[in-house]
Amino acid sequence: MIVEVGHYALILALALSLVQGTFPLIGAQLRYAPWIAMARPVAIVQFGFVAISFAALTHAYVVSDFSVLNVAMNSHSAKPLLYKVSGVWGNHEGSLLLWVLILTLFGATVAAFGGNLPPELRARVLSVQALIGTGFLLFMLLTSNPFERLVPAPTDGQGLNPLLQDPGLAFHPPFLYLGYVGFSMAFSFALAALVEGRVDAAWARWVRPWTLAAWCFLTVGIALGSWWAYYELGWGGFWFWDPVENASFMPWLAGTALLHTAIVVEKRDALKSWTILLAILTFSLSLLGTFLVRSGVLTSVHAFATDPSRGVFILAFLVLVVGGSLTLFAIRAPCLTGGGLFAPVSREGALVLNNLLLTTACATVLLGTLYPLFLDALTGEKVSVGPPYFHATFVPLMVPAVVAAGIGPLLAWKRGDLAGALSRLRLALVFALAVPLATLMFAAKAPMLAVLGTALGTWLVAASIGEFAERVRLFGASPRETWRRAKHLPRAVYGMTIAHAGAGVVILGIVVSVTWETERLQVVQAGESVPVGGYEFTFRGVEDVRGPNYDAVRGIFNVTRDGDLVTVMTPETRIYDTSPQTTTEAAIHPTLTSDLYAVIGDPDGSGGWAARLYHKPLVNWIWLGAILVAAGGIVSLTDRRHRVGAPRRKAGRAGSGTARAARA
Amino acid sequence: MTRRRRRLYFIASSMVMLGIAAALILNAFQENLVFFHSPSEIAEKGISGERRFRLGGLVEENSVVKGDDSVTISFRVTDTAASVPVRYRGLLPDLFREGQGVVADGSLDEDGTFIATEILAKHDEAYMPPEVAAALKKAGQWQGE
Repeated sequence: MIVEVGHYALILALALSLVQGTFPLIGAQLRYAPWIAMARPVAIVQFGFVAISFAALTHAYVVSDFSVLNVAMNSHSAKPLLYKVSGVWGNHEGSLLLWVLILTLFGATVAAFGGNLPPELRARVLSVQALIGTGFLLFMLLTSNPFERLVPAPTDGQGLNPLLQDPGLAFHPPFLYLGYVGFSMAFSFALAALVEGRVDAAWARWVRPWTLAAWCFLTVGIALGSWWAYYELGWGGFWFWDPVENASFMPWLAGTALLHTAIVVEKRDALKSWTILLAILTFSLSLLGTFLVRSGVLTSVHAFATDPSRGVFILAFLVLVVGGSLTLFAIRAPCLTGGGLFAPVSREGALVLNNLLLTTACATVLLGTLYPLFLDALTGEKVSVGPPYFHATFVPLMVPAVVAAGIGPLLAWKRGDLAGALSRLRLALVFALAVPLATLMFAAKAPMLAVLGTALGTWLVAASIGEFAERVRLFGASPRETWRRAKHLPRAVYGMTIAHAGAGVVILGIVVSVTWETERLQVVQAGESVPVGGYEFTFRGVEDVRGPNYDAVRGIFNVTRDGDLVTVMTPETRIYDTSPQTTTEAAIHPTLTSDLYAVIGDPDGSGGWAARLYHKPLVNWIWLGAILVAAGGIVSLTDRRHRVGAPRRKAGRAGSGTARAARA
Repeated sequence: MTRRRRRLYFIASSMVMLGIAAALILNAFQENLVFFHSPSEIAEKGISGERRFRLGGLVEENSVVKGDDSVTISFRVTDTAASVPVRYRGLLPDLFREGQGVVADGSLDEDGTFIATEILAKHDEAYMPPEVAAALKKAGQWQGE
């Protein structure tokens, strides 16, 4: 019964999204106030229906209602409650429902809290949102209904893939989706602005927090995914340039560019059409990400949904959305007149450089991700584009971007002083040269690329902190004056400093952990000791363990340093009851300066066990840095100007009278 | 600076950036594009030498042999029409089993043994790498003719 209610609520949501996608849009065009006013209540009610639908599916999972095909395929009565709930979005149909839930939630948020938006703009934004929602709801109801019944109901479910039964992965998709779908707001605002024919500071001030929030979620989502791969897949890698990872990374790159260029629109009234284009591209890449992951076109470790008919639908939808919005852009963009002029060396100039580099880097990732698909479709030739490709294209493009990220914030708007900025960053420059020099002198091996990497990472951290010190006159004024300045700095400045420094920390973590890791792969006998990166791993044997829904073989290693016990590490090999598959559980001992990482393999038949032991210096900095990057975004989000809200637009265009009437 | 000049700068720098990107991509493609071959194709196309590629097929039944150090594994990859010996030093992924599909990354040595640097793990026991499925189909068709 509850399941049918969920299904019915989904159909009602589709009907409402059709209403919301047409009437307010037409109403705004004809300046017909009742239709404009419709957008708000309909958006909120629509969210209500999707929420009912989502709750119904969650209920089916929690009570293990195996008469629902989706639950029977993806859940199991023996699963812990957390994974029953995360099972809702751990599959194709449920993840789409989550997507639509977030989409309508964001729409409802604009409807509820967008009181200071011009009503026509709000109506258009909500209409575009609803049109996206219509596509997804149709897709679900026609090809991927989560509420499909299964007769007769099996006695128990098929279980979730044990590899996916993990807290890191349970919350990875919701964060990614919050990011993807968050960019839909930027997209809707962009299309509404194109229809309206104007983009101004008020518009940018509305778009930026949405973009920022989406970007924070996406950052966290990507970091969670990489962290999961690191500790769960058992080979110690954290990023594989896998198509599915790229699918989430491309919208992140484009979103990062959008985030920066929206500042220029807000502060300087320039780069308008470029910003609109970026908003369209960012959301298109988010859709492409969904398409790549969910249609099963990829040859990838992540591909666990395969059905070509769905692929055709998403492809058609993608062509419609991307093609349609780009056509609208081509027609309307010339109406958007740019404002402030600027010299090449200026804050705007630096942000343009940042944008060019980020989008170009994004394009190389896109090409590397799609090329094998195209080649396969056109010639039948199978190729794969692995990490070396991305290292040879993406990395060189990011080098100047990192250098510029250190200098850009010190340049003035309109016309900057490069020499002056550099002289104010001389302390950061000294650091950026001293740290790699020290590694050259003291490290046992120091490849040139690693030295360059440490220089870049140090530079970004030092320059970000240096720029902040400069703003508060840390060394030039009295402590009281410094404190006063620090108190009055906008939160957005703090956010930028934290995020840029965090990016530097990520770079240092990647470079140092990849260059200076120690790996030992060998068969160990009980009592045998293996030296790894200054630590001594002593194998004490294995024991059999029974977990909540698996049997495990657990290896025990005593780890000592200079004779003192540091920790006891217990990597496992698990066999789940519901699946014939075994999984390796790496044991990780994290510290701020390095991770110890142990994996136990198969017995060799004569008392020994294969083991893989790692020492990974600074690897934690990758996720620590990612947290800083996201935290910077959140701090920036709390900036006063976002809380106070967008400045009112100047009246003066025909129609503002009707708009006011519509709100009353 | 005028609007027109600024637009010119913008377009020019975009072009420069695209040029750099194109150069990087072409260079990277030349060196790092990894082709996929089935055992039959290796024999057919006479593939040999240093170049890295991916080998896919089924792990032949009763072919897995552990080396003396227990972390070097030898086995044969087959597409039912032909097979290739493979050697790999490392821990095998969880789903590695005789009779199952496998994709290995590496290159051939002088004796025609494929030295794998990586054995690709798959998430799902029911999942067959599409390349492997295609290679098997192809091999099957040859037998039919």
